[in-house]
Amino acid sequence: MKKLIPLLLLILGAAAPVHADDYVIDSKNAHAFIQFRISHLGFSWLYGRFNDFDGTFSYDEKNPAAAKVAVNIRTASIDSNNAERDKHLRSDDFLDTGKFPNAKFVSTAYEDKGAGKGTLKGKLTLHGVTQPVSIDVEHVGTGPDPWGGVRRGFFGTTKLVLKDFGINYDLGPAARTVYLDLSVEGIKQ
Amino acid sequence: MQLRNDTERYGLIAILLHWLVALAVFGMFGLGLWMTGLTYYDPWYHRAPALHKSIGVLLFLVMVARLLWRLRNPPPAPLPSHGLMERAVAHAVHLWLYIMLFAIMLAGYLIPTADGRAVEVFGLFSVPATLTSLPQQEDLAGTVHLYLAMFLMTLVALHIAGALKHHFIDRDRTLKRMLGR
Repeated sequence: MKKLIPLLLLILGAAAPVHADDYVIDSKNAHAFIQFRISHLGFSWLYGRFNDFDGTFSYDEKNPAAAKVAVNIRTASIDSNNAERDKHLRSDDFLDTGKFPNAKFVSTAYEDKGAGKGTLKGKLTLHGVTQPVSIDVEHVGTGPDPWGGVRRGFFGTTKLVLKDFGINYDLGPAARTVYLDLSVEGIKQ
Repeated sequence: MQLRNDTERYGLIAILLHWLVALAVFGMFGLGLWMTGLTYYDPWYHRAPALHKSIGVLLFLVMVARLLWRLRNPPPAPLPSHGLMERAVAHAVHLWLYIMLFAIMLAGYLIPTADGRAVEVFGLFSVPATLTSLPQQEDLAGTVHLYLAMFLMTLVALHIAGALKHHFIDRDRTLKRMLGR
């Protein structure tokens, strides 16, 4: 009988419905960042970000592979700390934000690599072009916040080749790839 | 030549200001269209906009001086041969040329200053930002700047057409007066 109990628990555990928690990304209070960097002529890194986006994710510690993420980005909110450059980045040389006001990422799979690391695969639609992307993800932390909520945060990195998304403006050979740093904190619903 | 306008003739100051602004307007329109199409590796990629902004600020100062001069020293009376309708059209075009010039310069100023940066004038002095961080300020100001410039050039075309009509069809002194005759 004593041997049966763990077995019974195991069966019950497996049969229990998957209980993923849903989180809303805290872009409202800016605890989430979509940062990018691109080489300037091969000499230095230029940083920028998207200020206006929203998203959700679901995550179950017992079943990380079921994790799901969806993020919508207002492309006109691009901010590289220079109005003239931002104007150029919004123009049809780059994001063409008049024609493509939104970008979005929807995950398709999450591969857990243990120790809080994993690879998030998904589809990114940017400049009207949808391409598969693969984001290296690191679980940063989780727990109750001081204000009565529960939060969970991740950090992700990926890179995009601009011309894969139909952005063909020549910024030089060192600046064909944009690197993204994604800092995401979700509030449990 | 007299410096001040009288009831018959334009003075040297009004004439010089007129042709200086005319030159600047054509130059700035061409420079503006050309520079926005420059590619990243063009040697003029940074120089042309810097020049455009510097000239723009100076043109603004010249236009303020011109307006003050005009208020203190009104232009000569229309030629007696000019009809009422002609006078009304010419006057309206002149008024809108002034309004458009100031509006274009204001819109232009609001582009690079949208993030709080100052406008450098030939490295000599700079004009600080005032209105900043309106939603999409640089884009909106840029669009307004371009369309108003197009409208201004339409007015300029009308203005020139009027001058040429007076010179070649009516064969009066309208155009010659702006050359000091």
